[in-house]
Amino acid sequence: MWKGDYIFFLESMVMKDFKIRYRNMSLGVFWSLLNPLILMAVMTFVFTVLTPNNTIQYFPLFVLCGLVPYNFFSVAWNSGTVSITNNAGLIKRVPVPREVVPISTVLAACIHLLIQIGLLLAVTLVYGRGINWNWLYLPVVWALAVVFVCGIVLVTSALDVYIRDIRYVVESFVTVLFWSVPIFYYPSAEISQRFSYVFDYNPITALIFALRSILIDGHAPPFSLLAKFALVSFGMFGIGWFVFGRLKSRFFDYL
Amino acid sequence: MNVIEFSQVWKSFHRAAEQQLLRHYIVDLFDGADSNPFYALKDITFKIGEGECVGVVGSNGAGKSTLLSLVTGLAPPNRGEVKVKGRVAALLELGAGFHPDLTGRENVILNASLMGFKRKEAMNLYEPIVDFAEMADFMDEPLRTYSSGMKLRLGFAVAINLNPDVLIIDEILAVGDQAFQAKCTEKILEIKKAGKTILCVSHNGSTIQSLCDRALWLDHGQLMMDGRSSEVVPAYEGRRAASHA
Repeated sequence: MWKGDYIFFLESMVMKDFKIRYRNMSLGVFWSLLNPLILMAVMTFVFTVLTPNNTIQYFPLFVLCGLVPYNFFSVAWNSGTVSITNNAGLIKRVPVPREVVPISTVLAACIHLLIQIGLLLAVTLVYGRGINWNWLYLPVVWALAVVFVCGIVLVTSALDVYIRDIRYVVESFVTVLFWSVPIFYYPSAEISQRFSYVFDYNPITALIFALRSILIDGHAPPFSLLAKFALVSFGMFGIGWFVFGRLKSRFFDYL
Repeated sequence: MNVIEFSQVWKSFHRAAEQQLLRHYIVDLFDGADSNPFYALKDITFKIGEGECVGVVGSNGAGKSTLLSLVTGLAPPNRGEVKVKGRVAALLELGAGFHPDLTGRENVILNASLMGFKRKEAMNLYEPIVDFAEMADFMDEPLRTYSSGMKLRLGFAVAINLNPDVLIIDEILAVGDQAFQAKCTEKILEIKKAGKTILCVSHNGSTIQSLCDRALWLDHGQLMMDGRSSEVVPAYEGRRAASHA
């Protein structure tokens, strides 16, 4: 029924989100940098000064490789989940393609992500881990992560319309995720084997491992990791598209 | 050629009277069945041809808004079929998506994109829209500094400039001061003269009679009468007077 311009609409929605977030702040996009920097400093202090028993090299960079992906997942997933209910005014009044609403929220989070990736690369250079050809893998792994988040957000944003508790489930889950993905630790071979179901097919963990191998070790990420990562991301997107497609026709009645 | 076609359309709304178990809820979601429906439209059939100007009358709760939501494609019918051809502009979407922290200019572009303008159209029509709203001096101010009248004027200006094939009007002729209202009425008549299809909804019979040639009368979700507005409107008003007496 809606015969507009998808790209123009998507772009307008992304820019709206981005502008609104920063318009009334005097420090603007600087906030995107401050939050991971502070956490990086605190964790480095705790794990290298207060409990100096780890053997991880370049610890601040190591932590940042975990924090930047985690921040992106947490912001994009939380804000994406409530995007349909928060835009009820739009959904109830204009027959715009509904998928665009959660996806534009995820893409708006990607703008912050770009700023944080800039920070991550800068810190990499500061630690003397120079540029290498494997950096070409970076756009690939980030793109897979965005695909995954779009998929999961399509599911949770649609469910949140019918069952408003979903947003709190997501919030709690994101908190658990902070500890269950290796942001500030490195699972030993034995541990990662024992809990392989937690680590193997978890796209956030995959992203963190890939970043560390590219940026710190200068290696290409292992093929098996990329394959699982791609499988889970596109699988999730497929599920998201299907579930959203089934549920979207009744958004109007439930909002 | 028919622009709008309803054939045996039923539309129900979900009633949340009883507490449902999560399990029922999930089953309901995926089958699309509803255990306790309330019908807002019952077996509605009509056709509207190109260039017709049709009014819809009915008291509160008659199903007028539900009918519009089906025409604009916001909700699918439960049974029956709804066909609409061409681009629909509904003057009930005034200012959808407006955000107080964005400037007038940013809001116009955003609103235009979700009303279905192409990027080029939005850029080309920006000046005419602002001129129509008579607000050229305020476009770089954030929307929260606007009065409610200014917001409505801006929303109306975007919607009316969409150059739609079907225009839907939902009792909005109360936008702005008298001069602006006259301007709006003039613009609507211009659209009507250009041979566009107009669907106008009101519970006020005289508005319908002056603007539309044909009228539909809805009552409790049923189509009571479909004919010339000079016959339908008196019948509707006679019935209403009788029920008040």
